[in-house]
Amino acid sequence: MLLFFLSSGLFLGWSLGANDAANVFGTAVGSRMIRFKTAAIICGVFVIIGAVIGGNGTSETLGKLGAISALGGAFTVALSAALSIFVMVRLKLPVSTSQAIVGAIIGWNFFANNPTDTSILIKIVGTWVVCPIIAGIIAAILFILVRFLVNRSRLHLLQQDQLTRYGLIIVGAFGAYSLGANNIANVVGVFIPSSPLHSLVFPLIGTFSGKQQLFLIGGISIAIGVATYSRGVMETVGSSVVKLSPLAALIVVMAEATVLFIFASQGLNTFLTANGLPPIPLVPISSSQAAIGALVGIGLVRGGGKGICYSLLGKISLGWIATPILASIITFIALFFMQNVFNQTVIAPKTETIQIQSHTTEPMEMDRQIQNKKISVFYFHENLHQAVQGNYSLSMGQIVTNSFNHFMHVKRLDEKALYPGLIGLLKGCCVGDTG
Amino acid sequence: MALMQNLTKLLISRIDEYLDAISEGMIVFQQGLLDYLENRMTDFEERMAMVGQYESRADKLRREIENQLYSHSLIPEMRGDVLGLLEHLDNIIDVAKETLTQFSIEVPDIPMELCADFSDLTVSTVQAGEELVSAVRAFFRELSRVKDHVHKVYFFEKETDRIASNLKMKIFRRDMDLSRKMHLRDVATNVAKISDEAENVADRLSIYTIKRTI
Repeated sequence: MLLFFLSSGLFLGWSLGANDAANVFGTAVGSRMIRFKTAAIICGVFVIIGAVIGGNGTSETLGKLGAISALGGAFTVALSAALSIFVMVRLKLPVSTSQAIVGAIIGWNFFANNPTDTSILIKIVGTWVVCPIIAGIIAAILFILVRFLVNRSRLHLLQQDQLTRYGLIIVGAFGAYSLGANNIANVVGVFIPSSPLHSLVFPLIGTFSGKQQLFLIGGISIAIGVATYSRGVMETVGSSVVKLSPLAALIVVMAEATVLFIFASQGLNTFLTANGLPPIPLVPISSSQAAIGALVGIGLVRGGGKGICYSLLGKISLGWIATPILASIITFIALFFMQNVFNQTVIAPKTETIQIQSHTTEPMEMDRQIQNKKISVFYFHENLHQAVQGNYSLSMGQIVTNSFNHFMHVKRLDEKALYPGLIGLLKGCCVGDTG
Repeated sequence: MALMQNLTKLLISRIDEYLDAISEGMIVFQQGLLDYLENRMTDFEERMAMVGQYESRADKLRREIENQLYSHSLIPEMRGDVLGLLEHLDNIIDVAKETLTQFSIEVPDIPMELCADFSDLTVSTVQAGEELVSAVRAFFRELSRVKDHVHKVYFFEKETDRIASNLKMKIFRRDMDLSRKMHLRDVATNVAKISDEAENVADRLSIYTIKRTI
């Protein structure tokens, strides 16, 4: 059943692999610098590694925007994102999976009557706007640096070709890793809150969390997309769309991979905050738009902006607004049909209003913790009632219980740590009072 | 990876050997013509045979480079240009060989008064060829210096044309048989042809250099 619901996300992953792998290895394969088979293997392996190791950051951001509580809802959201991509492609407008999925989540928020965190939304949209600019700046700096080095190095053309090949493989692997880390949230991010997968413990190796298992499945779907359908796109990108020298292509991929990495790396974020610097929002971005930003950066250094297609840039800006709006409308309608026509649960019923705020706990473990907490709260109520009922009325006991819950909710404290002390204190108070 | 490195090293040395063969062929061509002008015919025949050997070696090396570049997909975006460059460079030594063969077969009777002009023509045309070889070397190793050498190729080509025109004028103003005049004119044209070929290759090289710039 899980695989059926995951199918829409896996389809998104497949299409992402088929399309976006060209941003990483397109020129290398199109210009015959690297064979497709080599590129597909490297890309597939590093996308999976990136997804499993580094996919957490962007997934958390999407989770903050809207945690889709039922598998049926997650399926519909991913499917609607895929549909909106299809519509945008048919309209010949530039589209990004990241923008479609964000729009779809907002659509779910509307449907579920959940408020959308505008600060998170502003952060995400701001990142989309900033990302091509950063990619352009990085590419321009790298271009000037590489041009200087090439002119000074006196390397033979063949040696330069050999180094460029190695560079394309290394930077391509980095690009694939960053693509997996940054974009895996688009593929399986919406399934995380409702996923029934549990952590697997491997002795001497460690724990493979439910979230990582989802990332692995999503990563594999991207890798399958790369292996089965990306060849044509790579050859088109490499030989027809933009004629780039392999060295310039290397710079574009490096800039694009760096931007994808910056907006996906939790390690970098921790390092920045530890050194008193502002954190970078971990947001899924469009690799195509980062690549276009890098191309424009090189174009500006080369020819001072001559020959840049400003109408294309305008279309991309339009995509930042049009894609999420379209995706949210499609999602809203699709959720309505799923719920009312196909009788599927798209929003999980609210059971217990316990707020858990944890930046380090895995969702699957969170589920278990919620269950534990529910049990603890039940026993706590019992203990509390017994403790206070000795001297106070039942309604007073209820007041104390509610106050405690309210205190916990507001202060976001771990009740487990407080139970023994509080119960002891209450018992002590009661004993004291009677005495 | 090691295989690739060895192949790259081998190809670099083959390209260098090829350029050496063209360059040495040019020098031997110049010496051969000067031998002819000074009537050292045994030396001339020897030099002519040497130019033939350089030409054969250059052909062999060019084919080997061509095969290696294509069979191992090296410099895919530039290999067409590189092969075109090497093939056109080969024309220069072919012309040198043909010119010496023409001298050997037709034995043009050059008046003593025109020997200095023929000598100047030979030196100038060979210099154009030499500068072209340097430009091609720079194309492979030091792109920024290509322009300097190409500029000199153009200079020596013009100089060769000037010397050739003056020489032809002197030939046709002399009191000689028309057939001899026409023969000497043909010989002078063939000697100057090396610089014309060098100019053609230099034109291509200028374009390839722009393409190679990142």
